[in-house]
Amino acid sequence: MTVDADHRQSPLLELRDLKMHFPIRRGAFRRIVGHIKAVDGVSLSVNRGETLGIVGESGCGKSTLARTILRVYHPTGGEISYTGRSGAPIDLATLSGPALKEIHRDIRVVFQDPQSSLNPRLRVIDIIGEVLKVNGIATGSELEDRVAELMRSVGLRPEFMHRYPHAFSGGERQRVSIARALAPEPRLVIADEAVSALDVSVQAQTINLLQDLQERFGLTYLFVAHDLSVVRHISDSVAVMYMGRVVEKAPTDAIFASPRHPYTEALLSAVPTPDPRLRRRGRRIHLAGEVADPANPPSGCPFHPRCRYATGICKSDVPPLRSIATSDHSVACHLADNLKLNPFDEYAFAELH
Amino acid sequence: MLQTPMSIKQMSAVVRERGGMPSPLIEVDNLRTHFFGNAGLVKAVDGVSFSIPRGKTVCVVGESGSGKSITGRSILNQVPRGGRIVSGAIRYRPDPAQPPLDIVKLDPRGKEMRALRGAQIGLISQEPMAALSPFHTIGNQMVEVIRLHLKMGRREAREHAIETLALVGIPRPAERMESYSFQFSGGMRQRVCIALALSCRPKLLIADEPTTALDVTTQANILDLLSRLQADFNLSVLFVTHDLGVVAEIADEVVVMYLGKVVETGDVDTIFHAPAHPYTKALLQSVPRMHAGGATRLPTIDGMVPSPFERPQGCGFHPRCAMAVHGLCDREVPEPITISEGHVASCLLHGENP
Repeated sequence: MTVDADHRQSPLLELRDLKMHFPIRRGAFRRIVGHIKAVDGVSLSVNRGETLGIVGESGCGKSTLARTILRVYHPTGGEISYTGRSGAPIDLATLSGPALKEIHRDIRVVFQDPQSSLNPRLRVIDIIGEVLKVNGIATGSELEDRVAELMRSVGLRPEFMHRYPHAFSGGERQRVSIARALAPEPRLVIADEAVSALDVSVQAQTINLLQDLQERFGLTYLFVAHDLSVVRHISDSVAVMYMGRVVEKAPTDAIFASPRHPYTEALLSAVPTPDPRLRRRGRRIHLAGEVADPANPPSGCPFHPRCRYATGICKSDVPPLRSIATSDHSVACHLADNLKLNPFDEYAFAELH
Repeated sequence: MLQTPMSIKQMSAVVRERGGMPSPLIEVDNLRTHFFGNAGLVKAVDGVSFSIPRGKTVCVVGESGSGKSITGRSILNQVPRGGRIVSGAIRYRPDPAQPPLDIVKLDPRGKEMRALRGAQIGLISQEPMAALSPFHTIGNQMVEVIRLHLKMGRREAREHAIETLALVGIPRPAERMESYSFQFSGGMRQRVCIALALSCRPKLLIADEPTTALDVTTQANILDLLSRLQADFNLSVLFVTHDLGVVAEIADEVVVMYLGKVVETGDVDTIFHAPAHPYTKALLQSVPRMHAGGATRLPTIDGMVPSPFERPQGCGFHPRCAMAVHGLCDREVPEPITISEGHVASCLLHGENP
């Protein structure tokens, strides 16, 4: 199954001003004293058959965003417009009951740590088979065939289906997770730090596997990760999050070659390059201070206290996400038009030496 | 408490002995640390040799199960339960004019080792939350260590602790002395751990994946901090990591480990630009590069790290090695071969008659 070209351009998932606020309760009566705005007005779209990478530091809301799309949480506001199999858009934000269950066949997730996301007391056939049973896809010997097929497609030997997760290595366990995610033939797979816990050589195998499966089944990925080099490798476009907001979104090459947000610039400058000749000690941008307390965010642009370019307007007004340069490059920065930011380009650094 | 400069006499003694090179701070010689469990014998560290020069950073890289962390813990003579150092030597030479001290010969719980550990050899680990007590203030934990190892009164130790916290970039250090570990953010907590490890101004710092749990921006700050402190204190650092990006950023010398053995050692430029061992080459290729883009497939290493109970015969890497020679690599155990000055690889293909 491959995706034809005209389908590629249409968005499969569109988020409009999505908000997920968690109440902070205090005192004997559990009174609500404030909110943590984990996701605060995110608008994004993911095209069919493509991969959207979501990056940001811990606490930026990237995992909450993934879970809100999965409807683990009930969003505080906004729309999650998902194009169903019939081609009609469905708003996931308000869905409940059987309709939501139906959607959970379409949108699947792979978590970071297979150790904790696989039940140690179930055999692989039960772990993958349960999904098939619950969704009424297969039973009996048909189920066994289907599990075997799924295991083969992720590069596991079907003979091992009666083994328990502990009998597999970390990389193999993550393959079991991937097979479980693929069991009901999903269209959108959310990978929440899916390769972060793996060793370098196993990580490379898993990334290749994810790319092969995307090709083969026409999958759309939402790839949440903190490792920018992995994101660069796998994503078609990248969204950078900071304190619950998207601060920059662009095609992958554009974001690395010409970042327009000072936070993206700082983030890129912090990535260590696997080449000692390109050491950037001293050329790194030091972000002053820490990510602000999400319960008490700064006024104006949430990044302004750490931004080296910040001016008066940054302290007072929240910058909207707007298109810049090209229509698919958007940035939330008042100064974006006037800043000259450093790209991430190893070759540029190489020329310096 | 900076090191006093060496006298001319001491210096010449050093130069004479090592043919022009000053003697390293630590020499690990054929170290074997094994674990004796119910499931069988695990040779976590199996004949590892390398040295840590004074004031330099040596990075030990490898995937999980390579024995890199246990190597670090062996130098502290603090092998986790079930394991012990079975043979080899760890020659520690704080003063180049004096004969070295073999850490392996010391009782892990003995007075001498306890005087070294924490005072002359510091440790920072991956999870600062686990390294700090949640019941004691940062100040009390620091003062305890300082008073244990340095002859200082309570007030003096407190001042020394505040000074050390300031050194690692903790804002308002005097106030933060009264804070508990959970009141710090991840990056700040790791700074506190570094302050604790450096509070007695050690000669060697063992850093076991200290930035793995941190964000890239925080990681960058911690790496810069470590390199600054290293220059200030002429500190030797043994940095254990699996992140080749970090290695490229901070290492002077690199030790690549696989299945408890050193497969290659060399200076950082040689390891990244002229690696000799097929494992090092494959490992470097499998890292996603920022400039490569997504169009290409990542080169991978076939298979996975074997279980420690099922060590392959011959070269440990041969079942995954694209260059393995049948009848040679699966039979003979490779010996370290000097490729060039300071560059050593344990691969049969580099031997006399491959």
